[in-house]
Amino acid sequence: MTVNGRPRWTCRTHVSKVSHGGTLEIAPLSNMPVIKDLATDMKPFFEKWQAAKGVFEPSKTRDDAVEPIKPHEPERIAADAGIECINCGVCHAACDTVRWNDDYLGPAALNRAWTLVNDRRDAGQVPRLQAVAAGGGCHACHSHQTCMEFCPQSLNPTAAIASLKKLSTKAYLRGKITS
Amino acid sequence: MNVHLYIWQRGTAALLAPMVLVHLAVIFYATRQGLSAAEIFSRTRGSLAWGTFYGAFVVSAAIHAAIGIGNILCEWTPMRDKTARGLSLLFGLFLVVVGARAVLAVVFG
Repeated sequence: MTVNGRPRWTCRTHVSKVSHGGTLEIAPLSNMPVIKDLATDMKPFFEKWQAAKGVFEPSKTRDDAVEPIKPHEPERIAADAGIECINCGVCHAACDTVRWNDDYLGPAALNRAWTLVNDRRDAGQVPRLQAVAAGGGCHACHSHQTCMEFCPQSLNPTAAIASLKKLSTKAYLRGKITS
Repeated sequence: MNVHLYIWQRGTAALLAPMVLVHLAVIFYATRQGLSAAEIFSRTRGSLAWGTFYGAFVVSAAIHAAIGIGNILCEWTPMRDKTARGLSLLFGLFLVVVGARAVLAVVFG
């Protein structure tokens, strides 16, 4: 919800940390349709996850051996940095670009895409990069970093988006994806 | 903004950054040395180097500004993306025309 004008993970935020002189003003999360009172419809939020190809695409069957992923591999470390997202929507509500641009996928969806980009077991990398490089994708981000400032899990979606920009730009220049 | 526009905007920014520094240095030099308009023209007229430099400057600035204006129109107005990009293209063409006129006047006028 929005508490005193700022998006918060309300069930885990102590009142003493966010009240202004003993006053609390609560409102529904911004950038999402309001169902009633404080309840928002998170369907558009998760539709953007789908649009960003935030779904794992398996490359093996149940009959194949389990792929060993070591904790200290650079890709695993990069995925670890963003994988603790709890889908609360706080970053989406805090983002100026989401407010300005209806097509923008948003920090949560792009952060999810970045964690999957770093999963070598995933078979959907090219369509994912294509999705995040399109209009409304990672290149629409202004790097205001409000997602990072308000994330209750202390994640840094801005860094994930910056990495997606770099990777998708390389893929475009190498002809792997189109605009 | 998609990856295609992103590359053009960042690429032209990379070109413009050193060009603006050279342009500022030229301005400071001309004013500090007290060069008259006639003395400046005597250096620029028929100069392929200055024509190429400022020609590239104009084209880069026009592309960079047009993409930026398009982004602002897309985000800050209820305009549809195609309309915003169309208007920004017109703005870019306007910058090319006025910039080219200036360059031609200084180099060939």
